[in-house]
Amino acid sequence: MLGKKAKSRIYILILSLISIGIIIFFILRSLEENVVYFFSPTEIYNKSDISFGKKIRLGGLVKEGSTSKKETTINFIITDLKNEIFVSYSGLVPNLFSEGKGVVAEGKLKDKKYFVADKIMAKHDENYMPPEVKEALDKSN
Amino acid sequence: MLKNFFPNRILSLNNKIITGLAILMVFIVFIGIVYALVISPPDYIQGDSVRIMYVHVPSSFIAIGCFGFIGIASIFNLVFKVKFVSLMAKSVAPIGCIFTLVSIVTGSLWGKPTWGIWWAWDARLTSMIILFCFYLAYILTWKFMTRFEKANKTTSIIAILGLFNLPVIKYSVDWWNTLHQPSSITLTSAPTIHYTMLIPLIIMFFGMAIYSLIIFLMGYKTEIIKFKLDKKNTINRKNFKSF
Repeated sequence: MLGKKAKSRIYILILSLISIGIIIFFILRSLEENVVYFFSPTEIYNKSDISFGKKIRLGGLVKEGSTSKKETTINFIITDLKNEIFVSYSGLVPNLFSEGKGVVAEGKLKDKKYFVADKIMAKHDENYMPPEVKEALDKSN
Repeated sequence: MLKNFFPNRILSLNNKIITGLAILMVFIVFIGIVYALVISPPDYIQGDSVRIMYVHVPSSFIAIGCFGFIGIASIFNLVFKVKFVSLMAKSVAPIGCIFTLVSIVTGSLWGKPTWGIWWAWDARLTSMIILFCFYLAYILTWKFMTRFEKANKTTSIIAILGLFNLPVIKYSVDWWNTLHQPSSITLTSAPTIHYTMLIPLIIMFFGMAIYSLIIFLMGYKTEIIKFKLDKKNTINRKNFKSF
């Protein structure tokens, strides 16, 4: 059904597709550090070459009951349910910032347990539902 | 089915079909917009800003789907040397390009009220920008390479290279930490969008898909006429009759 020429073109194409795929895979693997938008607390704990003066992003969940406000400064704990880091930030937080929800903080690490943020972003999850459904769900739990 | 997309068939395609599709599109988009803006409820945490989703998600789907089509058509074109396939891909490209832009702009507008920032260089957003660049490269190559044979080959290679970006877009939210949330609609599990929000989303998707189909049919017709009129393609015209 296929001509000889078409067949050889298919082989060349498949070969080049596979090799390009492998190249891209390795490029992305080596760029992993730069591709990730934020680090989780556990990743920061396990990191050996940590630079305290450099701007990094830290992400996770805002621990329930950990937020405290003092004038314009807000303190809270970012957790990934294994490790947690204390965060301090002064400024306005986005509307979606709340306890138990995802958050990404941009700033500098003071030490492995303390992070000073100069920007807070709210990260939301993939669940969408009307408020009434959420209420009903909360009640049944 | 495929025969209907052959050049001589598409040229004799009755304009009534396009008009019919346009009426259907207006009808579906009208229902979709009313459903999305009035009937569907606000989100429990995002409030009314969730309504941006009804434009953002369908345009992203169409943007990615169009490039997938262009990429697969380009493989066909390189292997089997079927010319009308590349004209089809050529006329799909501007549609995908515009919807990529719509997806990026609406995403940015949505980012401000939810994340707190307009833009983040995370993996999902960056790979969408890369998709946009591939569209631009593809379209501009068609525009500036005047010899059909050469342009055909170059654009096909660009499209096949761009094909690798599509799984990166799709799985970027699973492979890396991103600010963008993971997919709500997946093939493997039930959607995490409540059905009162999922229905308008699907209606809007169909409305925008029909719109894309109309633009495609119009563009494809124009491309074929342009191809047949182009004096440089006299040799190709003979091949064309054999379809």
